[in-house]
Amino acid sequence: MPKVLGLLLLALTLAGCGGRDGDGRVTLELWAFGREGEVVQELMPEFERLHPDLRVRVQQVPWTAAHEKLLTAFVGEATPDLAQVGNTWIPELAAIGALEPLDARIAGSSAPSKIATNDHFPGIWDTNVIDGEVYGIPWYVDTRLIFYRRDLLAEAGYTELPRTWAEWRRMMEAIKARSGPKRFAIFLPTDEWQQPVALGLQNGSPLLSDGGGRGAFSEPAFREAFDFYLGLYRDGLAPAAGNNQIANVYQPFAAGDFALYITGPWNIGEFRRRLPPEMQDRWMTAPLPGPEGPGVALAGGASLSIFQRSEKKDAAWKLIEYLSAPEQQIRFYELSGDLPANRHAWNDPSLANDPPLRAFWEQLQRVAPTPKVPEWEQIATKVYEHAETAIRGRATSEQALAALDRDVDRILEKRRFLLSRRAEGRAEP
Amino acid sequence: MKGAGTRAEARAAFLFLAPALGAIGLFFMVPVAAVLLLSFTDFDIYGLADSGNTRFMGLANYLTLLRSDLFWEALGNTLIYALVGGPLTVAMALAAALLVDSRLARFKGLFRTIYFAPVVTTLVAVAVVWRYLYHPRFGLLNSVLGWVGIGPIDWLGDPRWALPAMILLAVWKNFGYAMILIIGGLQTIPPQLYESARIDGAGWWREFRHITLPMLSPTFLLVGVITAVGYFQIFAEPYVMTRGGGPLNATLSVVLFMYKEGFRWWNMGFAAAVAFVLFLVILAFTALHFWLQRGNRE
Repeated sequence: MPKVLGLLLLALTLAGCGGRDGDGRVTLELWAFGREGEVVQELMPEFERLHPDLRVRVQQVPWTAAHEKLLTAFVGEATPDLAQVGNTWIPELAAIGALEPLDARIAGSSAPSKIATNDHFPGIWDTNVIDGEVYGIPWYVDTRLIFYRRDLLAEAGYTELPRTWAEWRRMMEAIKARSGPKRFAIFLPTDEWQQPVALGLQNGSPLLSDGGGRGAFSEPAFREAFDFYLGLYRDGLAPAAGNNQIANVYQPFAAGDFALYITGPWNIGEFRRRLPPEMQDRWMTAPLPGPEGPGVALAGGASLSIFQRSEKKDAAWKLIEYLSAPEQQIRFYELSGDLPANRHAWNDPSLANDPPLRAFWEQLQRVAPTPKVPEWEQIATKVYEHAETAIRGRATSEQALAALDRDVDRILEKRRFLLSRRAEGRAEP
Repeated sequence: MKGAGTRAEARAAFLFLAPALGAIGLFFMVPVAAVLLLSFTDFDIYGLADSGNTRFMGLANYLTLLRSDLFWEALGNTLIYALVGGPLTVAMALAAALLVDSRLARFKGLFRTIYFAPVVTTLVAVAVVWRYLYHPRFGLLNSVLGWVGIGPIDWLGDPRWALPAMILLAVWKNFGYAMILIIGGLQTIPPQLYESARIDGAGWWREFRHITLPMLSPTFLLVGVITAVGYFQIFAEPYVMTRGGGPLNATLSVVLFMYKEGFRWWNMGFAAAVAFVLFLVILAFTALHFWLQRGNRE
C-alpha cells in the first residue's frame, strides 16, 4: 500500500514538474523550511550557472509542518533528494533509515569546495554524528544566549554580564531590587524547554541515563540546575509567563519590564527592527554563565542531509558543497540572518565587526547537543510541561522531576526493549 | 417496522441500500477494523524503520491510555466542550433561527447568510481575527470589559479562561449550521397550530413552549447529535488558537491528543487506541441521546 501511494505521489510530482527535464538536465529536489526556504532560492541561479547540467527545485515548507512532512514523505516513499533538517531531528531520521551516511563523501571531498570537519564548530558538528556516522552537514547554526539591557545593568552597578551562576543571580537580585515589584530581572518563557535543559547540561547532567534508556532528571546534577531555574520564578526574578502571554516581547524589553532575555540569533535582526532607535545602543548579547564559569549552551541549527532513496546523491552532494562554501554562507547570512556554520565565513567583515555576534562566536565554541535519541522532541515537551507545574506551584521540584522521569521512562520503553534485544543478539554467537 | 413488506419489497430495499452499505463498509467498517488491529500493536517510528520492531501488545495501549493523566485531562476538556459548547450552540442556533424566521424580520436571506458565514469561513482566517479579539492588552473583548470596570483577562494564556474562550469561538463558528437545520424544522410547523393557539388566547411564550418546542423535537435530536459529535471531535480550534492545546493543556481535546501522539510522535499504535476509545465514547453518547429522546419520536 505505501508503494502504491508513493507511486501515485511520484506521478503527481512528475506531472507537476511539467517535463522540464526535457533538456537532459538533472533536477534536484530540495526541501527547505520557513524563511530559509524562501531565501535559498536566491542562491540557486549561481549554482545552476556553475553546474549547467543540474537544476534545483526548491520546495518551501512551513516550519510547523516540516517534521510531520518529512516523516510522512518517508512512509509514502516520496522523500526529496536533500532537505534542510533541524539538527534535533537527525537521530530520528537516521534511526528509521531515511538519511544517507556521508562519511565517504566527506573523505572524498576536495578543494575548492572541500567540506572539512574542522571548518565547523565541534559541538554543532557533533549533533550530526549518530553512532559514529555523519548524517548531515551543518548549514546554519543557532544557540541561545543572553540579550541584556546595558543601561539597566549599569544602573545596578554592572558593566558586563557575570560568568558564574552565583554572581549572575546576585546581579538579577540587584536589578530586581531597583526595578520594583511589577518589573523583573529576566524573561524566561515557561513554555520553552531550552532554558532548563541548557542549565542542566551546564551542571553536567547527562539528561538521560542507561544509554538513553531512562530519564536522569531526578539525579542531583539536573536537580541542582532545576532548583536554580525554579528559584528565579519563586523569588520573583522572572515572571511566570509563557510566550503566548507576551504577544510582543520587544515592547516590554524596551520598557524595561525585564533586563535579560535568553533567546537566539534571529532576535538580533528583530531587535534592530523593532526596538525604538534610542534603544539601539542600550542592548547587547552575552554568553551564558555557568555553575563555576562560562557554561555551555544548546547546539542548535539545521543541517543539509541527503535521503537514502534519492537517485541523484552525487548531484545532491554538489549542492551541499556549494551551500557550505564560505561565500554562499555569507550570502545566506545576509539574506536570512542565519549564522554561518562554516567558521571561515565568520572572518567576513559583515560578521566579524558586528558587536552582538561576538557573544555568539564565543558561545558557539561551547555548545553541547541534546541526547541523540529519536524520542528527544517528545521528551523535550515533557520537560517544560513538568517544569511549568513546578513554576506555577502545583508541584514541588522533587515531585515535578519524579513525574518527568516517569513520563520519560515510559516514552523510552520501546527504546529500552530494542537496546536489550540488540544486546542479546550480540551475546549470542 | 410494523406491517413488514413482501420478500420482493425487502429485496428491492436492499438493492437500493447496497451502494450506501458498500461505501460504509469500505470507507468506515474496514478502517475501523484496521484501527482496532493497529491499537493492539506498538507500531511507531521504529516500526517504520523495520516492521520487525513492531510488537503485539494486547491491551497494553489501552491500559497505558487509562493510566495517562494527559488523556483524562483531554477527555475532561472534551466533555466540557461537548456538554457546554453543544447546548450553547443549539441555544444560540434556536435563538437565531427564531429571529431570522420571525414574521416581523426583514432581510431574512441577508441575516441567514451572515449567521451562516462563520461556518464556511476558514478557521485559520477566523483565528487571526479572534486572536486579536482575545489579545490581553489590545483586544476588543478586554476593552469592552474595561468600560464596565472589569480588569484585563488573559484569554488564551490563562489556564482558567482558555477553555471558555475556545468554546465561545467554537459556538460562534458552528451555530450557523444548526441554525439552518432549525429554520428548516420551524418551517415544517403548520401555521394553523399557531392560529388556533392565538384564537385560544395563547401568548408568545406559551406558543413557543407548547407548539414550537415540541414540534421541533425531532430536529433537536438531529441537531443535538450532530453538534455533540462535532464537539467530541473538536480539533482545529485549539490546534490553531493555542498552539496545540495550551496553556497547561487547558484546551487539549481528545482528537488533538490523538493527533499529537500519532502524527507528531508517530506512536501510531497508541494513537489508534485513542481513536478507538473516542469512537466508543461518541457511540455511547449518541446511543444515550437517542434513548433520552425515544419518547418524542413516537
